[in-house]
Amino acid sequence: MDLITLGVQLLNAVQYGAVLFLVASGLTLVFGILGVINLAHGAFYMLGAYLAYWITLMTGSFVVALLVGVLVAFVVGILLETVFVRLLYGRDHLAQVLLSFGLILVIDEVRQLLFGKDVHAVAPPAWLSGSIQLTDNLSYPLYRLAICVFCLIVALVIFFVIARTKIGMIVRAGSENREMARVLGIKFDRVNRYVFAAGIALAALGGILIAPISTVFPGMGDGMLILSFVVVVLGGIGSVAGAAVGALLIGLTDTFGKVFFPSVSSILIYVVMAAVLLWRPSGILGRQDA
Amino acid sequence: MSMPNLRVRLFGIACMAMAIALPFCVSTYYTQFFAKALIMGMLAMSLNLVVGHGGLVSLCHAAFFGLAGYVLALLSPRYDAASLLTTLPIAILCSGTAALLIGALVLRTRGVYFIMVTLAFGEMLFFFFHDTKFAGGSDGISINIRPEIAIAGRQLLDLDKPMTFYFVVLGFLVGVISLLTMVLRSSFGRALAASRDNERRARSLGFPIFRLRLTAFTLSGALAGVAGYLAAAQFGFVAPQMLGWHQSATILVMVLIGGLRSVTGPLVGALVLIGMEEVLKAHLDNWKLVEGLIIIGIVILLPNGVRQIWSMVFGASPQRAAEMKSAAAEARHA
Repeated sequence: MDLITLGVQLLNAVQYGAVLFLVASGLTLVFGILGVINLAHGAFYMLGAYLAYWITLMTGSFVVALLVGVLVAFVVGILLETVFVRLLYGRDHLAQVLLSFGLILVIDEVRQLLFGKDVHAVAPPAWLSGSIQLTDNLSYPLYRLAICVFCLIVALVIFFVIARTKIGMIVRAGSENREMARVLGIKFDRVNRYVFAAGIALAALGGILIAPISTVFPGMGDGMLILSFVVVVLGGIGSVAGAAVGALLIGLTDTFGKVFFPSVSSILIYVVMAAVLLWRPSGILGRQDA
Repeated sequence: MSMPNLRVRLFGIACMAMAIALPFCVSTYYTQFFAKALIMGMLAMSLNLVVGHGGLVSLCHAAFFGLAGYVLALLSPRYDAASLLTTLPIAILCSGTAALLIGALVLRTRGVYFIMVTLAFGEMLFFFFHDTKFAGGSDGISINIRPEIAIAGRQLLDLDKPMTFYFVVLGFLVGVISLLTMVLRSSFGRALAASRDNERRARSLGFPIFRLRLTAFTLSGALAGVAGYLAAAQFGFVAPQMLGWHQSATILVMVLIGGLRSVTGPLVGALVLIGMEEVLKAHLDNWKLVEGLIIIGIVILLPNGVRQIWSMVFGASPQRAAEMKSAAAEARHA
């Protein structure tokens, strides 16, 4: 393997990890602050991709699809929190697992009613198609590079919100010690709704961004859900920085696994997960007493 | 767990009589349908050993179920019947060993980590069969001829006859119910329940919690293997979907519908859910939409399963009422 191929694969790994990070950070935020484990997270990723396909088809603009798709997901998140999810706070994990499983069935059927079950392709915006010459003999698809940059910006925004704003303070308090924060008088009710909606929006955003690279198909949320779980377990639940570390690790493992050990590549990430769990059962950046 | 009183015992005998009479009263289709429902009930009961009695929400039990099915498929000769008496123990051994290995890893984690990690390991087995060629890949693999129960070349039972197959399943079901009842009444079962109710207290009393849970997880995986073997024998076909996490979540729904705290509750849950699916499928195109909404409704309205309807309608015995009250309180505080 020469240096050029290595560079391309490295960029692929980072790009893959960046999208994984977006989706997994939504999952870890919702769990960290709301204490709700959401199996339907992958379904919103799929929904995002279908929205991207449909809105691009209607308006002809991927950028509009990106903005409207995220907005729609956010509104759906607010509605869901108000109707269903609030009933789950304080219930056991089993109830949360099962309610969100019911939600998956519902979302899947709604998707089928709205968009059918065909496989679709989405074109990236014209100004991001084609490749860019990075060095003399290393060219890379512009859209994939744009994803990396975009995800980096989103990640910085998330970190800024968490580190510098009042909502972020509440989020941090909640994921650190929910009981204690509540005792100290922090009211989670309103923040809960926005955090849940933001989590859903992040999942949908991941789906929208991935749509032009991969195809849009009914079962696409499943694989992403499992990967997000692996990322969250690796990084430590509730830790956004952990999600970043975990996502990058999985991005590298998966991409280079496919290059070097194609026959066992699909198992490799679980081997990595098992190894990390043996070393730190609560994840790389997780609190070890959890 | 209390000793069964007369009413419960009579109810059990009545159920058994109905189960025995059933294949004589319905068409072959429904005999096969109920055989399938009982197999799923067996799977749900095995899962409940971990979830209800051990307090550990596992999302990988379909993997042990499917693994045993694959073992049967791979051991079956192409043009001949496999012997149930040799292949079933091998299938159980494989599922049990997989559960032991996965359990040893996942039981290092707690709470929500446990759910996520079991899900991930279940998917690992799914992808193992989905992505490799040796067991048919995503297309699955057929079992051309059902396994036979034969000693020294003489066939004892003909599993090709739906009624015979049904009774064999029923026999295994009774065996699993007896085994689980015995296990839960033993000191092992009580220690397992103690570590579910209050882990810290159980630990300070000196219970080897990890070993208790690992034993329960392994036994549960082995029993899921029995169900998987029978399911593969019935359908004559195994595919990766059998191991998928949707399947694991579905049996969790059965457990919740039936109630977490009894041995046979999940069996009732399986019958309710599979019966509901059958009715919905017959009348609706988008039946999964309705099923999803019903599941959501059950989770929100009936945290103790369908048993709650029973007690709402007929009133609960004081002991049962107290038990449910404490379970509900626990669910709120967990």
